[in-house]
Amino acid sequence: MEKEKVLIKGNYAIAQAAVNAGCQCYFGYPITPQTEIGEYLSGKMQGLGRGYVCAESELAAINMVMGAVSTGVKAMTSSSSCAVALMQEALSYAASDELPVVLVNVMRTGPGLGYIYPAQGDYNQAVYGGGNGDYKIIVLAPSTVQECVDLTYRAFYLAQKYRNPVILLADGLLGQMMEPASFGDYPYPEVDVSSWALTGAKGREARKIYSVAPDEKKQIQHIYDLHKKFEVISQNETSYEEFNVDDADYILTAFGSMTRNIKAAMNVLREKGLKIGAFRPITLSPFPYTRINELATKKKDFIVVEMNMGQMFKDVKYAINGKSNVELVNRPCGEWLSVEEIVSSVEKIIGRKQYAASI
Amino acid sequence: MQQVFSIPKSMKKDFKYTFCPGCDHGIAIRLVAEVIDELGIREDIISSTSVGCSVFLYDFLDIDCVEAPHGRALASATGVKRARPDKFVFTYSGDGDFASIGLAESMHTALRGENISSICINNTTYGMTGGQLGPTTLLGQKTTTSPTGRNVDYYGYPIKIAEHIALCEGTAYSARVALDTVPHINQAKQAIKKAFQVQLEGLGFGFVEILSSCPTNWHMTPEEAHKRVREEMMPVFPLGVFKEVNNGN
Amino acid sequence: MGKINIDQSRCKSCYICTETCPKGLIKKSQKTNRLGDYMVELDDKNNECIACAMCAKRCPEIAIEVYK
Repeated sequence: MEKEKVLIKGNYAIAQAAVNAGCQCYFGYPITPQTEIGEYLSGKMQGLGRGYVCAESELAAINMVMGAVSTGVKAMTSSSSCAVALMQEALSYAASDELPVVLVNVMRTGPGLGYIYPAQGDYNQAVYGGGNGDYKIIVLAPSTVQECVDLTYRAFYLAQKYRNPVILLADGLLGQMMEPASFGDYPYPEVDVSSWALTGAKGREARKIYSVAPDEKKQIQHIYDLHKKFEVISQNETSYEEFNVDDADYILTAFGSMTRNIKAAMNVLREKGLKIGAFRPITLSPFPYTRINELATKKKDFIVVEMNMGQMFKDVKYAINGKSNVELVNRPCGEWLSVEEIVSSVEKIIGRKQYAASI
Repeated sequence: MQQVFSIPKSMKKDFKYTFCPGCDHGIAIRLVAEVIDELGIREDIISSTSVGCSVFLYDFLDIDCVEAPHGRALASATGVKRARPDKFVFTYSGDGDFASIGLAESMHTALRGENISSICINNTTYGMTGGQLGPTTLLGQKTTTSPTGRNVDYYGYPIKIAEHIALCEGTAYSARVALDTVPHINQAKQAIKKAFQVQLEGLGFGFVEILSSCPTNWHMTPEEAHKRVREEMMPVFPLGVFKEVNNGN
Repeated sequence: MGKINIDQSRCKSCYICTETCPKGLIKKSQKTNRLGDYMVELDDKNNECIACAMCAKRCPEIAIEVYK
């Protein structure tokens, strides 16, 4: 079937993709700039005979998702920054309990209540988490409305495939913008959950999904197992996009919506004769450390562009591990760094380096 | 000779209660198991477990369980029920989980009239952490965090859970029972059964608050503790049915 | 005529049963369990137990089986 394109807002695209992916239950609490997801799904889910609860809080919402997915169905919640902070406890539980929770974070500005300006300040919150203990979440960062669709599909698939929580880390810009996108059918196979899902102890032993292990050896083994699982996820699922990196001296690096601007800035700078490439992780966790390290080994310098105080910057620096140089171009929140600003920042960085090399 | 009293079938084989000697949790869980047996619903159950002394329910009952963080059992149960409306969903919590950290979730679950059954153990203290002031601690009661006794000016009032839940329009059944005597234990079982039946009949939220003893943290013998349930708790937390919705009524 | 069977591996010596039996047939034993607590035992020489099961219903450990 020809994939028909529709002009659609990012938030609606995520919501419709969830419906197509077979999301059986949605639980949520309103917060700008993601409220349209809950609004869109309220009528849809009811019409389809699926579950929908206007939860009393984000705490309740994510715990409702945990309850729902424990029975083997797909379920999700969506929220934004300061309210996702409320959900961190549950994410730690969900990771430990290996529950396939899907959480959409359409980022706004923090810290605290902040405001609804676009920002990318939740990189650390998503990738490193605010819950207790050693756990890891899969984090996907879309850069277009089309990717809002594609990565929502992937989020549901990965969550069930690996029994691990997945965060779709979008931002206010993406949530509120309209772009053409095509949906198509949910492109992934259905994951067999029959070996662990709670359905009532009929004809089998009772199952318990829990993280309390009052047994030191079991607890140690459990944490090792979780991390072994994430190594497999890193090997199989790490994904990124790169543009003109082969001949590049400098590689612009960004995630989410900022990807659009670094690609445009790269083109402008290339027209000016500078050898600039672009690199963009699609999975922020697992992060493409290996690929960045390979590129750094080839003496390519990195310029990280992000709308925060340098959160992904640290991961890029860690990946480079001293093999090349990394610079940061950033703004904490508000008006997105424009292509012109990125171009002029990059020119300044290159000019400074050339001057330093000449003396 | 014929056996007239035995361990309910829904208890796990070789279960070992981890409660202190004389703790009423053991009786409450047995009553839940007996009701499950009598209603024949064991294979349809998915329970969301709580945090506190009640946390190890999944080690005692032979049923499917998913854990919830402290206070979130009712939210988790709502998720389970919305995902699988055909399954029987219940929670078993203490007063701290149900009525302090989880009060918002508990009240809203009742207000939404979720077809879920909830059992709440009220022992006027936080048992697992060693007897601190909780939402149900009586006025005058000494705990490790109210060493001179709970006074209103400093600590405020205890909550009457069953009455609050009865005020929620989505509640189909709300009762308070006790486990201090055999007649009260029999009544408690009937109340649990009723709270389960309203779910089976799709009438709404079924709730039972069980007044329980905590001999260890009250520093009493089990029988002294039961005397305290009668003489100090019941005047503040009267036994009774506070709401009952029947089919077609 | 009735009979009870006390599962000593479950009994935690809370002695609720000793105060519950309407015939006063359950008593503190001189034997101790692995924790050093005196166990409880049925002392029913005259076959007075009526299998009312009150002891079992009040036992927090479900350690008492009742036969009739």
